[in-house]
Amino acid sequence: MLGIFIGIAAVVSLISLSDGLRGAITGQFGSLGSDKLTIQNAGTGFGPPGSTSVAKLNNHDIDIIEKVNGVNIVVPRLIRMVKVEYNDVVQFKYAGSIPDDKQQVKMVIDSMNIKMQEGMMLEAGETGKVVLGNDFTKTADFGKGLRENVKINIQGKDFRVKGIMQKQSSLITNGVIIMSEKDMKDILNISDETDLIVVQIKSGEDIEKVAADIKEAMRKDRNENIGEEDFSVQTPVQSLQAVDTILTIINIIIIGIASISLLVGGIGIANTMYTSVLERRKEIGVMKAIGARNSDILWIFLIEAGLLGLAGGIIGAVIGLGAAMLIAMVAKGFLGGVAFDVVISWPLLIFAVAFAFILGAISGVTPALQASKLRPVDALRS
Amino acid sequence: MEMVIKLEDVSKIYLMGDNEIKALNHADIIVNRGEFVAIMGPSGSGKSTAMNLTGSLDTPTKGKIFLGKHNIANLDESDLAQIRGKRIGFIFQSFNLIPNLTAKENVMLPMTFQGIDEDERERKAEELLKMIDLGDRMDHYPNQLSGGQQQRVAIARSLANDPEMILADEPTGNLDSKTGEMVMGFLKELNDNGRTIVMVTHDSKLAQEHAKKIYWLKDGRVEKVTVKKAGKWVLVK
Repeated sequence: MLGIFIGIAAVVSLISLSDGLRGAITGQFGSLGSDKLTIQNAGTGFGPPGSTSVAKLNNHDIDIIEKVNGVNIVVPRLIRMVKVEYNDVVQFKYAGSIPDDKQQVKMVIDSMNIKMQEGMMLEAGETGKVVLGNDFTKTADFGKGLRENVKINIQGKDFRVKGIMQKQSSLITNGVIIMSEKDMKDILNISDETDLIVVQIKSGEDIEKVAADIKEAMRKDRNENIGEEDFSVQTPVQSLQAVDTILTIINIIIIGIASISLLVGGIGIANTMYTSVLERRKEIGVMKAIGARNSDILWIFLIEAGLLGLAGGIIGAVIGLGAAMLIAMVAKGFLGGVAFDVVISWPLLIFAVAFAFILGAISGVTPALQASKLRPVDALRS
Repeated sequence: MEMVIKLEDVSKIYLMGDNEIKALNHADIIVNRGEFVAIMGPSGSGKSTAMNLTGSLDTPTKGKIFLGKHNIANLDESDLAQIRGKRIGFIFQSFNLIPNLTAKENVMLPMTFQGIDEDERERKAEELLKMIDLGDRMDHYPNQLSGGQQQRVAIARSLANDPEMILADEPTGNLDSKTGEMVMGFLKELNDNGRTIVMVTHDSKLAQEHAKKIYWLKDGRVEKVTVKKAGKWVLVK
C-alpha cells in the first residue's frame, strides 16, 4: 500500500504544482500579450541582453523594422547594469529605459503592467527623474528603503525618485530602475545602440508571419545567411513553448518514477492479498460451505484488494496535495511576490483515487482467483 | 418416507503415489426427512469423508449422491455451492464463525449468498439468535463469546436459509460435557420440530443417546446400521 500512496502522492503533487509552476513562470514574461514580439542581439544568455554579441541593435535596425508590413509600434529599450549610490551605500542594479515617444511609453507601461504604489510614472522625455521597482522600498540593499521624492545617485548623476511601482509577479520588474532613454544614454555614454526592440503588430496580423518578415528584412540588411543571424526575433508563443517543453520533460520523468512506485505498490498489494488468502483458507472453506460460489469469493477478495488500493490512493492524494501546497508556499516565500498558486483540481484527485482502487483490484486478481478456486474440503482441512 | 439425501454405492479413492487409499468403500447411506441420523466410527473409519460427501463439500470417485431427486455427484463447485447454501446447514466441531463479523452478521452471511435483501436478513438473524437465547449478544464478535455460545451462533447460522438438513460434525467435540449437553438439547429440539439432522461423531454413547439411526463405519465401509425402535436398538443391516 505504501508504494501506491507514494506513487499517487507524487503524481498528484506534481500535476498540481506544474500548473502553478507554469503560471508562475509565464508571469515572469509579464503580460506581453499575443500581439508583441521582441528582437534581441543573439548570444543572449544571462546578463544584459546582447552583452555577448558583436553587431548590436541600433537606430538603423529600427528603421528597417518599421518598414516591415504589419508592424505598428516599435519600441527600443536599453537594459543595463548601473552603479547606484544611496545612503552612502553603493549597489549595482538594472536600469531599463523608456523611449521619448508618448505612444511608445504607453505600450511599455501596458506590457510591463506598471501600476504605481507611490508617486507617478515618468512622462515621455522626462529627464532627471526615475521610477523604482517595489524591492527598492526594502532596507536590505541600502540600509534604508527608498521612497518617493528622495535623491538617488546613478552613475555619478543625481536623480529624484518620482514614483515607486507596485509589487509584481515579475522579479525583474521589482528590482528595476526606470529612466528616460535620454538620461540613460547620457550617463552611460551610449550613442546609437539599443538592447531590446519590442514590436507591437497591427491588429489582425499574424504574429508569426510578421516575426518571420522582420527576421528576413534584418537578415538581408546585415547580409547574413539563414541560421547565422546574430539577432533573434522571439514571439511570446515560442517562449511559452519552451517553458512547456521543459515542464513536459520534468513531468515525464516524475511520472516515470511515480509509475515505478505504483508498480511496487501494486506488487505489495498482491503480496498482502496472497498472505491474506493463505491465512484465511479455513474461512474461505466455511464461506463455501455455507453457500458462497467461486464468484462470490472472487468478488470478496477483489473488493478487498481494491479497498487497499483506495486507502493508499486517498492518503496519497491528500499528502500529494498537501506537499504541493507546502512547496508552493515555500517557493512564494523565496521568490517574493511570484504568483505560485496551487489549484485543487477535483478531476485529478478523483481520477487518482479511482486509479488507485483499480490498480489495487488488478493486483488482487491472481490471489483472488486462487482463493475462489479452493475446494471447500481442502480449505476446511487447514 | 421422503428421502432427503442418499449415498448410493459411493466410494472415495485417493491416489498416493502407487497406492490407492480407499477412504470410503462402496458405502450406502440414506437419510429420510425428520430423521436424526448418526454416522459413527473411530478416526480413519471414513466418517469425515462420508460427511464431506453428504454435505456436498466433496465429490465421490464412484457412485451417486441423490439430494432429493437429483444426482449431485458430478456437479461443478458453483452449482454445489448454491445447493449447499440453500438446502444444507453446517455445524462444525470448531464452530468456524467468521472472526471479523459479529454474531448477527455471521448468521446473516448464508442469506447474503442466496441474494436475500438486507432487511430480511437482519430480521431473520435476530429471530434465530433470540431463539437460541443469544438475543443480547447479537453484536458481539466470536472472540467475545464462550465456546458454547459460539456453537449456538453456529446453530443459528445453520438455520438461516431454512435448510432441509442440518449436518453436524462432532458438534460437542470442543465443548465441556455440560455445554455439550445443552447444544445437543437444541439439536434434539430442532429434530422434534421436524428438522432432519445428520451428526458425525466418534462418540458411540453420544450417538446412541440422541440419534434414532446409526451408521457404524469402520475402515471405509458401513459395518452395520442400527435403528432405535421402541426404545431399543435394532440391527437393520
